[in-house]
Amino acid sequence: MSESNSLLVQAKGVRKSFGTHEVLKGIDFQVHKGEVSVIVGPSGSGKSTFLRAMNGLELIDAGSLIVDGEQVGYSLSDGRYREWGDGDWAKFRSRIGMVFQRFNLYAHFDALENVAASLIHVKKLSKAKARERAREQLDRVGLADHSHKRPHQLSGGQQQRVAIARALAMDPDLMLFDEPTSALDPELVDEVLETMKALAEGGMTMVVVTHEVGFAREVGDSLAFFDEGIVMEKDEPELLLKTENPRVRSFLDRVR
Amino acid sequence: MTRRTAPFIGPQGEELSIARRWHIRRWIVGAIALAAVLWFVSIFVFSDRIRWERVGEYLFYEHILNGVVATIWISLAATVLGLVLGVLFAIMKLAKNPVLKWIAEAYIWFFRGTPVLVQLIFWFNLALLLPYITLKIPFTSIGMRWDTNSLISGDTAAILGLGLNLSAYFAETVRAGIMAVDRGQTEAAKAGGMTSSQTMRIIVLPQALKIIIPPTANEFISMLKTTSLIVVVAGNDLMTNASNIYKQNNLVIELLIVCSIWYMFMTAIATYLQSLLEKRFGADRVRAIRGTSIGQRMLDAATGAIRLPVRNGGKGAR
Ligand SMILES: Nc1ncnc2c1ncn2[C@@H]1O[C@H](COP(=O)(O)OP(=O)(O)OP(=O)(O)O)[C@@H](O)[C@H]1O
Ligand SMILES: [Mg+2]
Repeated sequence: MSESNSLLVQAKGVRKSFGTHEVLKGIDFQVHKGEVSVIVGPSGSGKSTFLRAMNGLELIDAGSLIVDGEQVGYSLSDGRYREWGDGDWAKFRSRIGMVFQRFNLYAHFDALENVAASLIHVKKLSKAKARERAREQLDRVGLADHSHKRPHQLSGGQQQRVAIARALAMDPDLMLFDEPTSALDPELVDEVLETMKALAEGGMTMVVVTHEVGFAREVGDSLAFFDEGIVMEKDEPELLLKTENPRVRSFLDRVR
Repeated sequence: MTRRTAPFIGPQGEELSIARRWHIRRWIVGAIALAAVLWFVSIFVFSDRIRWERVGEYLFYEHILNGVVATIWISLAATVLGLVLGVLFAIMKLAKNPVLKWIAEAYIWFFRGTPVLVQLIFWFNLALLLPYITLKIPFTSIGMRWDTNSLISGDTAAILGLGLNLSAYFAETVRAGIMAVDRGQTEAAKAGGMTSSQTMRIIVLPQALKIIIPPTANEFISMLKTTSLIVVVAGNDLMTNASNIYKQNNLVIELLIVCSIWYMFMTAIATYLQSLLEKRFGADRVRAIRGTSIGQRMLDAATGAIRLPVRNGGKGAR
């Protein structure tokens, strides 16, 4: 297998502005298959925007962003990049799981229905099959007994694990996590981190924005420091944590 | 206000009683108010011009009972039409397609901008504009053709006029309901591979409807009374039927009393059903988005109590 074939994410010079405010100023970033890439950085540095660009929740203005073999938002035909339609986006996104800071569970569905929804409507599985698969995924995150609870009946940590199960059920090639533990009470952080660690050890390719440096050290293959729309430093977690760069140092000292 | 019942304890541990205050002014004001009301009611009750025995007689008159039934089903049909079209136009207004958006806005502007009374009369007289309604497959001779006058009765005109008008107001409520659904869930659905229309259908609309449905009960209650406008286009509703009777026998006040009793009765039943609906959907949520009802405003506008369709400042966003 060639080097580029095992690249699941390949960003080159990615730029993005909101109005006149340039949030991403030329991001270069790579993720290999099976790797866990952790991103840290101060608030407003563009971490979420970059993560959301990877599944097209934000559209980039310039540069190249290839995710899971596709130039996100375009397909090349006859030497031109044709813009995707609604169906192309849906097909692409069904291969990429995303977990949000605020869980974003469907409030009118119970845990099982949350996990089954995309299986039924996107993967077109039969209801029975989808529910069976959903139950397996809930079991995997340790919530088999909570499958009939609505989001508001679950703790934050449980909601986030349902959200993880919901993404995993689609059997994604890549999982994106945007500060999955930041909205949780401290005593609930570990149950979510443990779920994610198990996932990482199972070989899932993951990009994780988090301030949990311990997670990066334990299971991360790389740790990137974002600052003002660029990747200021990226290295193996152990090495980056020992960096001499004063800006990175002072940030890391604060989050630890 | 509840009054203190426990006595005070004095320095030697003895009980000290409380001298009650009589609130003389409250009693006087209350008595005056009661007298005024009694006097006003007595004008009606003891008036020798109102023949109460005729009121009792007409209350269960067949023509009146038929009118009650017609009023209920016209109200139901118009409310359902308003709800369905309201959802449709709300979605169109939120659509990315500029043509759909423009059409929805023009529709809402037109139907909110003209009095419902004008619309009722317009629909009733549709035959002036289109003597025949033809549905035909283009470039063939297969099709159907109806005489508009036979198609648009007073009741049909009423359902169309009231329903279309309600939908224009309702579109705003539905839009508010759709926008009240947390954007994070929309993003999660998209991230999970759903298309925009799946996201709307499976995630957003079911939640928006939970917010929208309870106030429709309110609209229905108003609609029950708004149907009295049908009298101008002669349908089969309660008000029209009552007016047919009093035009013959001149018992105007008596029949208006009969109507009022029935409208109040229907409102009471509907209000009770609404309370069940509120229980089902959670009263807090219902109250949060309840403002002046659309139907009430339609009635006000039609009857000349000029009130511009200002947006409520409250959470209702309409
Ligand atoms: N939809 C938007 N419209 C306008 N500005 C936006 C939008 N989304 C993000 N921004 C701005 O872009 C900048 C980067 O936002 P982003 O959410 O990517 O930062 P972040 O690194 O994830 O920060 P945090 O740690 O607070 O989550 C911020 O200044 C934010 O205000
Ligand atoms: Mg962020």
